[in-house]
Amino acid sequence: MIKIVKRDQPSKTIFFFTPVLAIFLTLVAGGLIFFILGFKPFEALKFFFIVPIADKYGFSELLLKATPLCLIAIGLSFCFKSNNWNIGAEGQLTFGAIVSGGVALLFYDQEGFYILPIVILAGAIGGIIYASIPAILKTYFNTNEILVSLMLVYVSKLILDYLVVGPWSNPEGFNFPETRQFSESARLPLLFEGLRIHAGIFLALAAVVISWFVFYKTYLGFQMKVSGFSLKTAKYAGYKGKKMIILVFLISGACAGLAGVGEITGPIGQLHREVSPDYGFTAIIVAFLGRLHPVGIIFASLVVAITYLGAETAQIFMQIPKYTGQVFQGMILFFLLASDYLLFFKFKFIGSKK
Amino acid sequence: MHKFLIRSFVSSLVLLFTLTVAAVAKDVKAAFVYIGPTGDHGWTYQHDVGRKAVEAAGFKTTYVEGVPESADAERVLRQLANSGHDIIFTTSFGYMNPTNKVAKEFPNVKFEHATGYKREHPNVATYAARFYEGRTILGTIAGTMTKSNVIGYVASFPIPEVIRGINSFTLAAQKVNPNIKTKIVWAFTWYDPGKEAEAAKALIDQGADVIAQHTDSTAIVQMAEKAGVYAFGQASDMDKFAPKAVLTSVENNWGPYYVDRVKAVANGTWSQKDTWHGIGDGMVVISGLDSQMPSDLQAKVKKLQADLASGKVHSFTGPIYDQKGNLMVAEGKTADDGMLAGMMTYVKGVEGDIPK
Repeated sequence: MIKIVKRDQPSKTIFFFTPVLAIFLTLVAGGLIFFILGFKPFEALKFFFIVPIADKYGFSELLLKATPLCLIAIGLSFCFKSNNWNIGAEGQLTFGAIVSGGVALLFYDQEGFYILPIVILAGAIGGIIYASIPAILKTYFNTNEILVSLMLVYVSKLILDYLVVGPWSNPEGFNFPETRQFSESARLPLLFEGLRIHAGIFLALAAVVISWFVFYKTYLGFQMKVSGFSLKTAKYAGYKGKKMIILVFLISGACAGLAGVGEITGPIGQLHREVSPDYGFTAIIVAFLGRLHPVGIIFASLVVAITYLGAETAQIFMQIPKYTGQVFQGMILFFLLASDYLLFFKFKFIGSKK
Repeated sequence: MHKFLIRSFVSSLVLLFTLTVAAVAKDVKAAFVYIGPTGDHGWTYQHDVGRKAVEAAGFKTTYVEGVPESADAERVLRQLANSGHDIIFTTSFGYMNPTNKVAKEFPNVKFEHATGYKREHPNVATYAARFYEGRTILGTIAGTMTKSNVIGYVASFPIPEVIRGINSFTLAAQKVNPNIKTKIVWAFTWYDPGKEAEAAKALIDQGADVIAQHTDSTAIVQMAEKAGVYAFGQASDMDKFAPKAVLTSVENNWGPYYVDRVKAVANGTWSQKDTWHGIGDGMVVISGLDSQMPSDLQAKVKKLQADLASGKVHSFTGPIYDQKGNLMVAEGKTADDGMLAGMMTYVKGVEGDIPK
C-alpha cells in the first residue's frame, strides 16, 4: 500500500531535482503529442531540441535568444524571492526599449563612443521608472502589484505603438510603423563576424554574478529570503519592508529594461511595434524553472530558448505547427508546478499488516 | 533504318529535354514566411492558398507561420535560405529590413517581400496588390445600399495603403450617392478580433448601416450580421461567416503570381522587379455578389469590374478634392502610381483627421 505523507521539511534534493523531472516529463509528453499528431516522436524531438543548435550558428542563436530571458529572469528572481509578484517585466522591457530607443534616435546621424553607454543607461532607467509605478503603489497605497504591473504591460505597448506610428516614425518610411535605423555607434558590438550574438550577453552574465553575490552574501539577500518565507517574521525582525519592496522592483525593472536595450540595439537596430515576442512573460517560466537560483536560471533560459528555435526548425523540416513551441513552454511550467507536490509530500510504502 | 535512327535520336533528345526541365522544375524549393496562423481566414490564409497553388504546380514548398517581426524574423529567413530554398516569400511589411539583410548574405537565393519598398540587393523583389481597385467596387455597392448615408470603415494603420483604400472607397460611393459620409475608426491592429468588433460596434452606434474594413479578422462581418447591417469580406470570401451581412468580398489572390515567380526561378528568368497587380491581372478578385443586391446594381458592378480590369476606368479619376477643397487630381486626369504610393490625405467626404 502506498501512503502520501507530508514532509516535515521541504526536501532540498528534490527542490533542485524537480526542474529536471519537469523537463523530462515535458519531453515524454511532447513525444506523445507528436506521436498522436502522426509524426515520428524521436525524429520530431531531434528536430526540436538537437538540430537547431547542432552548428556554431545555431548555438549562437540559442545564446542570443537566452540572453534577454536570463537577464529578465534574474531581475524577477529578486522580486519573487521576496514575495513581490512582478508580472509586468514585459512592460518594463518595452518601456526601457522606448526610452533607450528615443535616446538612440536623438543620435541617429552621429557617431561616437559615448553614445552606446548613454543608450544602455537610458534603457535601465526606463525599466526602473516603469517598475517604480507598481512598487510605489504597493508600498504606499496597498495596491495589488500583480494587477498593476500586468496592466501596465498593455499601456507600455500602446505608448510604443503611438510613438512608432506617430512622432517617431521614420520620415522617409512612408508612414509605416517603424523608426529610423539607429547609428552604428548606438548598436551593441557583435562578438563574432557573421553571428548575431552581441555584447548584451555580458550584461546577462554580470547580472548572474551580481545576483548570486547579493542573494547569498549580503544582508539584503538575507532580508529578501526572510520576507519570502514569512512577511510577519520580517516585520518582527524590524526590516524596513517598504524600502526592500521598492528596491527589488527597481532591480527587476532595470534588468528588464536592459533586455529591451539588448533587443533594439542588438539584432533589431530600430524601434518598431514588435520589440519582444513576450520575453517578459516567458522569463517568469524561466525564473521558476531555474528555482530563482542564478545558475539555475542560466540553464533554464537555455532550455526555454531552445523551444523557440526548435519550433521553427520542426516546422521547416517536418511541417509541425510552430505553435507547439508554446505548448512546450506551457508543459514545462505545468509539470514543474505539478512536481512541486513532491517537495512537500512523499510517498510511503507500507507493508500490509496482519 | 536511317529514318529510324534519326527518329529515335530526336525522340530521345525530346525525352532528355523534358526530363531535364522536369528535373529543374522539381528542384526549385519555395518557402513562405507568415505573420499569423494559416487558419486566420484573412491575410495569412490567402497567402497559404497561394502557396498551395505553387505545390499544385509541382514545386516543393515550406512555410513557417506566426513569425514575429522581432529579432526572430531574421533567424527564420536565414534558416530557410540555408536549408536549400531557392525563393523565399516574406509576407508582412515588418519583414522588410530582415529580408534585405539576409538577402545580402545569400545572393543565390531570391527574396520576394510583400508590401514593402526596399529592394537593396538584386535578389530582392517586392510585390503588392492594387486592393484599392476592389474598394472602388465596394464603395459603389455601399453608396447604393446605404439608407442612412453613413458608411463605417474600420481601418488598421494610417499608412498610404490604407488611406488609399479609404479614398478609393469614398470616391466610388460618392459617385453613386453624393450625400454619403465615410466615418473611420482606427483599430491600430491588423488582426485583433476583439478590437475590430468593438470598432464596428462603435460605427454601427453612430448610424453606419454599411461597414467596410481594412483589418483581417471575421469579427467585423460577424458583428454586422448581429446588428443587421451590411459588410464586406476582407482578403478571403467571408460570406460563410455572415451570410446576411456580407454583400461581397475582395479576395487577395496570390497564387498566379507565386507560381509565376517560382517558375521564373526554375527557368532562370527571375529578375528583380516591383509588382503591383490589380483586378486585371487577377491578383484582386471580387467574390460572388449577394442576392440582396438589386439586379441593376449587380450589372453595374460587373461592368465596373470589367472596366477596371481593362483600364478603361481608373479608381482615382479627377476631379478629386481633398477635405479642405484643394484640387488633388485635375479633371480628366488620373492619379499616377507615385501619388498613390505616397497618399497621405483624405479626399472630400471622409470624416475626421488622419491620426498623427
